Amino acid sequence: MFPLQSMTIDELIEQFESLEDWEEQCDYLIDIGFDLPKLPDEHKIEPNKVHGCQSNVWLVANTSDGDSPVVEIQAESDAMIVNGLIAVLLAAYSGRTPQEILDTDIKAIFARLGLDRHLSPARRNGLFGMVKKIRSIAEQAA
Amino acid sequence: MSSTTSQQTIDVARVRQDFPIFSRPLPNGADLVFLDNASSAQKPQQVIQKEVDCYERYYANAHRGIYQFGVAIDEELEGSRAKVQRFISAAEPEEIIFTSGTTMSINLVAYGWGRKFVKPDDEILINEMEHHANLVPWQQLAKETGAKLNFIPLTDDYRLDLSQLDDVLTKRTKIVALTSMSNVVGTINDVSHVAARAKSAGAITVVDAAQSAARSATNVQSTGVDFLAFSGHKIYGPTGVGVLYGRRERLEEMDPFLTGGGMIDRVFRDHSTWAELPAKFEAGTPQIAQAIALGAAIDYVSSCGMNAIQTHEVQLLKHATASLAEVLGLKIYGPDQSHKGAIVSFTVDGAHPQDIASLVDRKGVAVRQGHHCTMPLHDLMGVSSTVRASFGMYNSEADVDVLVDALHYARKRLRLT
Repeated sequence: MFPLQSMTIDELIEQFESLEDWEEQCDYLIDIGFDLPKLPDEHKIEPNKVHGCQSNVWLVANTSDGDSPVVEIQAESDAMIVNGLIAVLLAAYSGRTPQEILDTDIKAIFARLGLDRHLSPARRNGLFGMVKKIRSIAEQAA
Repeated sequence: MSSTTSQQTIDVARVRQDFPIFSRPLPNGADLVFLDNASSAQKPQQVIQKEVDCYERYYANAHRGIYQFGVAIDEELEGSRAKVQRFISAAEPEEIIFTSGTTMSINLVAYGWGRKFVKPDDEILINEMEHHANLVPWQQLAKETGAKLNFIPLTDDYRLDLSQLDDVLTKRTKIVALTSMSNVVGTINDVSHVAARAKSAGAITVVDAAQSAARSATNVQSTGVDFLAFSGHKIYGPTGVGVLYGRRERLEEMDPFLTGGGMIDRVFRDHSTWAELPAKFEAGTPQIAQAIALGAAIDYVSSCGMNAIQTHEVQLLKHATASLAEVLGLKIYGPDQSHKGAIVSFTVDGAHPQDIASLVDRKGVAVRQGHHCTMPLHDLMGVSSTVRASFGMYNSEADVDVLVDALHYARKRLRLT
């Protein structure tokens, strides 16, 4: 398995598509969830919580200095499958410019991963809660 | 309970044959182990067929037509009301109001009785184990009337601490609302005792019987409650229908909540008078087919025997409590078995309830995860969510064993050793 930081969203999708079924894909989410860098405890505070998630999710972002600043995202949940979903979002969004984030068709990515079919509506709401938070960070930075 | 039979035990294999849902495997090939009965129960063929028959053989609107089907549908609907009356030992069928479910039943009391009789500085006595459906309507009532919410304290094992009842039940208490069985920790409350104390304090008692109605005999007269609510879908009946029982005196004195067709006596240009019970509280076209099929659900559980169902579930609870103790890091919340029904909420150290529920689902085990509409109770328990396994009449000890194996599997998959 790739170390997560070096994995692009395309590589992640390719990996996902090579797996047999949703159970294997879900196992893969759990595995990349375990590899997700831990968020320091000082960031696990109420203002950083993502609303709409059934589990606790904390998300923080830094925008780098310079001419073409990029948004670095860190996030963690207390649920492991959710950490896998966070890993997907980081592969899609983290290290991108605000405009790239806003231009990303995340629904198409979720569809290619089959998340639109396999996640319960409650889970999808939680996932889109994270997307909303990331996009609002990008909008502020753009 | 009026309709118990001589049958003392549940023949699970035979009962399961009545439930079509168990006749085919899940999409992933696993056999269904359904342990989310506190949320909603599966339906026997007898209930499904009753609803189909209604639509196929004699359907018409209720309380309106004098044609043949109009008469037939009314006979079925009122027959179902009489079954509910006998099922909960109410004095008369007019005390049975069909609603959409427990939530609507409790809201009906909060609006119809509460807003008429609760005044500023009056008190409403609730507690922190209640389902939001028996909590939020009272918060709203208090807010709108200027009344105050009081809470019966809970013990460390999540029972009502009745030794402190005198401190919270006062001359100003107008309503005492409590569940007969916790939907999370399974605690069985002493409704008779609370109702008697409430009565001597001049308060009415409202009981959320959503869990207990499917699990033990209900007797509204011997317990002395004023109002009692339950849902059809939790007692193996249809969704969309529920019951509000109200003592005649209470129903007569309270205002209707929904107004419109079917609930009036005479409508004038500028005012109306109300129909007699129960029509006064059943505005609009009722849940006809669902209410009729609820009668079939009551026939079904009655023919099995509520005492037999209770005995069966107590046995399952005993087996589940002992077996779950084998799972490392598993903590069950709530009182010991002598004070609870077959609802078991737990956490597993190092694992989020969401992950547990997802992983045991692979083995066909349907359990609920989350706060189960009891955020204040979870605040007391110090966790934001739990896994809940709740048992029904068709569950077996083998189901418990599949759950336990699935939990071992989930722990392993989450790298817990």
